[in-house]
Amino acid sequence: MKRIMARAATLGVGLAVGAGFAVGALAATPKKGGVLEFVVASKIPSYDGHQESTFGMIHPIRPFYSLLIRINPENPSSATDFVCDLCVGDVPKGTDGGTKFTFKIKQGVKFHDGTPLTSADVKATYDKIVFPPQGVPSTRKAFYSMIDSVTAPDADTVVFKLKFPSGAFIPALASPFNFVYSKKDLDEKGYSWHKTNVNGTGAYTFKQHQPGAFVEGTRNPDYHHEGKPYLDGYKAISAPKMAVRIQAIRGDRAAIEFRGFPPKARDDLKKALGDDLTVQQGDWNCASTFVFNNERKPFDDVRVRRALTMAIDRWTGAKYLSKIAIVKSVGGIVYPGSPLAATEEELTKISGFGKDIEASRAEAKRLLKEAGVENLTFDLHNRAVDQPYKLVGTWLIDQWRRIGVKVTQKAVSTGQWYDVYRKSKDYDVGVFANCQSVINPLADVSGWLCSASNNYTYCKDEELEETFKAMNKEPDPAKQRVLMRKFENRAMHEKVYGAMVLWWYKINPHRSYVKGWKIAPSHYLNQHLDNVWLDK
Amino acid sequence: MTVTTENLGSPDIEALPERDSLIVRCWNLVRRQPLGAAGLLFIAIMTVMAFGAEVLTSINPEEQMFEHMLEAPSWEFLLGTDNFGRDIWTRIIYGARTAMLVGFFAAFFGSVIGLMLGVGSAYFGGKIDLIFQRVMDIFLAFPSIIMALAVVSVLGTGLQNVIIAIMLPMIPQCARVVRSSALSIREIPYVDAARALGYSHGRIILRHMSPNVMAPFLIMFTSFVGQAILAEASLSYLGLGVQEPIPAWGLMLQGGAEEYAESAPWAAVFPGLAITFAVFAFNLFGDAVRDVLDPKLRSR
Amino acid sequence: MYKYIINRILLMIPTLLGAAVLVFFVLRLVPGDVCEIRLAGTGLFADPEAIKICQDDLGLNDPTYVQFGRFISGYFTFDLGKSMWTGRAVSEEIGLRFQLSLQIAIMATIISVIIAVPLGTISAVKQDTWIDYAVRTFSIAGIAMPSFWLGMLMILGMLIYTGWMPPLDYVSPFEDPIGNMTQLIWPALATGYRYSAVITRMTRSSLLEVLREDYVRTARAKGLLEKVIVNQHALKNALLPVVTIVGIEFAFLIGGLVVTEQVFNLNGLGKLFVDSVLNLDFNMTQQLVMLVALIFVLANLVVDVLYAWLDPRIRYA
Repeated sequence: MKRIMARAATLGVGLAVGAGFAVGALAATPKKGGVLEFVVASKIPSYDGHQESTFGMIHPIRPFYSLLIRINPENPSSATDFVCDLCVGDVPKGTDGGTKFTFKIKQGVKFHDGTPLTSADVKATYDKIVFPPQGVPSTRKAFYSMIDSVTAPDADTVVFKLKFPSGAFIPALASPFNFVYSKKDLDEKGYSWHKTNVNGTGAYTFKQHQPGAFVEGTRNPDYHHEGKPYLDGYKAISAPKMAVRIQAIRGDRAAIEFRGFPPKARDDLKKALGDDLTVQQGDWNCASTFVFNNERKPFDDVRVRRALTMAIDRWTGAKYLSKIAIVKSVGGIVYPGSPLAATEEELTKISGFGKDIEASRAEAKRLLKEAGVENLTFDLHNRAVDQPYKLVGTWLIDQWRRIGVKVTQKAVSTGQWYDVYRKSKDYDVGVFANCQSVINPLADVSGWLCSASNNYTYCKDEELEETFKAMNKEPDPAKQRVLMRKFENRAMHEKVYGAMVLWWYKINPHRSYVKGWKIAPSHYLNQHLDNVWLDK
Repeated sequence: MTVTTENLGSPDIEALPERDSLIVRCWNLVRRQPLGAAGLLFIAIMTVMAFGAEVLTSINPEEQMFEHMLEAPSWEFLLGTDNFGRDIWTRIIYGARTAMLVGFFAAFFGSVIGLMLGVGSAYFGGKIDLIFQRVMDIFLAFPSIIMALAVVSVLGTGLQNVIIAIMLPMIPQCARVVRSSALSIREIPYVDAARALGYSHGRIILRHMSPNVMAPFLIMFTSFVGQAILAEASLSYLGLGVQEPIPAWGLMLQGGAEEYAESAPWAAVFPGLAITFAVFAFNLFGDAVRDVLDPKLRSR
Repeated sequence: MYKYIINRILLMIPTLLGAAVLVFFVLRLVPGDVCEIRLAGTGLFADPEAIKICQDDLGLNDPTYVQFGRFISGYFTFDLGKSMWTGRAVSEEIGLRFQLSLQIAIMATIISVIIAVPLGTISAVKQDTWIDYAVRTFSIAGIAMPSFWLGMLMILGMLIYTGWMPPLDYVSPFEDPIGNMTQLIWPALATGYRYSAVITRMTRSSLLEVLREDYVRTARAKGLLEKVIVNQHALKNALLPVVTIVGIEFAFLIGGLVVTEQVFNLNGLGKLFVDSVLNLDFNMTQQLVMLVALIFVLANLVVDVLYAWLDPRIRYA
């Protein structure tokens, strides 16, 4: 397992900085002071990272907290480069055959209320995340199934014991949601206190939150990373509409947005602002997909499913749709650039990824005819969110139109979208997305398993399960790669339970005076803001 | 504002000599109600667009032409193209169809159901009327957009549900106005006479009372069409109305049109103009109808 | 008169109660719940146990009648409950937005009256002349133009030609009146223009009616100047129905700016409503709708009472 991770160290491929756009200059010495204003698309449910799962909480709240380990802020595009945040030295290698990880905790770290941090706080935090008491929600508990116990033998040591060695452990530990809380708060104020209160060890202290409007943080003078943060504070302004966020950068009401803009907006902004605008962009660990309701006729027929994926011209889409939507790379089920991802040659053999779209569409029509559904019409279940859901949906409908299939888009609010997938199952074909934070292909592809709790195709496939298990146990990267191909082929080519559309592409145009922030392959990552400074 | 009903069967219209040619009658209309005539003209244009879409443009409104994304107006694409490379002129023409569908269906059902309920309430009177009024009060206490949003979140989006969402708040509005007119009619002896003849309630409501409240009904109806078109635009703008790729004006203003308005203003301007002209036309026409039917406002 | 007022206040109770029942049960028909939205973020992976805990916490698994009882009894204990989305008190969340919405409603109303009364008067006095047509065209254009579109054009115009845009967050007018104005004047203009159309039309028709009354004819017969007749006699009487419509429009403005607030990114009641509907935050939605209904019912009451008081001809049994 560890060897795979070492292999994967070469993975920082996905990140490119667009030609012609300046990179945030790192050579200059950081200036101190200033307040960073940024816009956030989503809303804050509660402040409790262990419970929430939206970037709407991460962007404004993450800077108040520290993690045990985090991805390297200077190399955020890497999937394997983790560094200590609250621990000292390097991220520990596993001992006892990869089942024991010993962390040395940093001394002299203080919570915002003055309480010193000890290993007991880290233990209490992870106990809450991994072994929550009855009635305490922990959203990502399942990611930590390999953990057997967390102990704190002395004030500056925390030991994680695993049930079995797992390459997914360290990436899971670096999850940006794992805010380290104070044991005192958990003991005295209870497990719900963090939903509406903040007490962390992060670079900024909580100043105020005006619900629906903004969150303000002030520089933490006692921050445990020497000399940081550079900013006096920040203000995270809520702006749910994409147009408003673009306008905010244009009119300098905000300096940056951390989720992502469509390429056309980047070009417009660049044209209007010139050198005042810097663009960072790169592949995103999110993919747009569509899923079939495998229980419903005629989508229970693999010929129909294959025909529908074969009608999609992904290569042209990559060229044109990528101008207006936040999607770009053609890829299989694995994050493009990962050694486990399919090569272009392997990819083109999968249904719907062939480069001769005319032939592919002719075959699609033939398949539909063979299945007896020549004049197929159906509803496309979608989420009423523009980027990229509705744009992808609208594009797919036009692609299907070209093989004579008539599709109606049913875009509903996020709540109903979930509800249909999870409860009523009342849909034909649905637009879907798989978004992950730390790149971890072995875990990230688990959504394709018919048994996965977030697989809403209602399929059943033992062979797929077996392949997945074998792949996760396989120590040899080359063989693992072969198994991944088998897995991919089974899910997307032989059975076509669902299909990939395109991988997302993260574009963050920002005011050039924002320095020090580096784009990561996920909008959840690298949001502690301790290394950001303003060149004004 | 209450509408009196004494002067039904507008003498102005009756006074028109029957043998006048169409041209003369049109000219009379233009002279008396120039704004109304202008409104009618716009409505006529819109109707032609809605019905003759296939003739007026040869492009498929859903055709995505990727080589032509966000192109400026040209001879090929009169009003430019949108972010998917679809022809905006074509989509505006087909959008007229959507607007008319939503406008007419919502206004029609809203005002007709309102008419029935209003007249019925006035006819039965007493407790029924009282309860009915209270129920209407409840519905009238919410702004229409709030009610429409609630309906859409229960029923889901899509053309049909949008029509229902827009129509519902119209019912009590129309019912209230119609009821107050119908109350005075109820006092007229012929309703009693009809009842004495043993006609059923339904017959009396439909055949005897409803025709006599046509004036307020028509006024409400015409103003509802414009309101419905605007409401559809608002819902679509919020992303909860008609869904892509159906061409609809409000939808055309949402998303890309607004986001890229600096470099492609045509995508944000023309659909907005279409909405404005359409609602404008129905309002001008509605005002003229009101002037003709509501004698209190007739010129000195 | 007092009897009339008391009667009217009593009539509010069934209306509000009915509104409460309606909004409560309509919301229960909406598929999905707030917990799924909150917890199913990353790749739609939702831990069923976490969802169950969240639902239990929010009382979503209680029988409907228990939930309804909680909702209604809240009014007697002055506890409006907590937002299901943020966990904060509903009263606190609404209070924050109310200030902004109220201010815009006031500003928009003032703007619309300033535009509408003079225009309506001119239009009535010069009935059926080109001035009348021009005024009516201008005012109908205000109704016809979607105010979100007008707002959109305003922001874009400012951005493209000046590179400036209104601030994104609200400051109280008492703290920073200029900052406050630079943010709110634009939405107030966009909506004020729209609402002026309704008032212009009302002023015009009401004045036309009054100008036909006997006492105006008498005044004319006495040889008084038309200007004096209009300004001193007719306008005063014609404004009564105008006051009515202004009051009712004002009430609607507080809760009805749903779309305009989106364009200008205003953190008002309208945006809160859209957010809470989309988040399936039932508590918040219920209380917001009730607030809007209450304001509207109260405005109607005030208007009716004012009407009865101002116009001695109106007598209510």
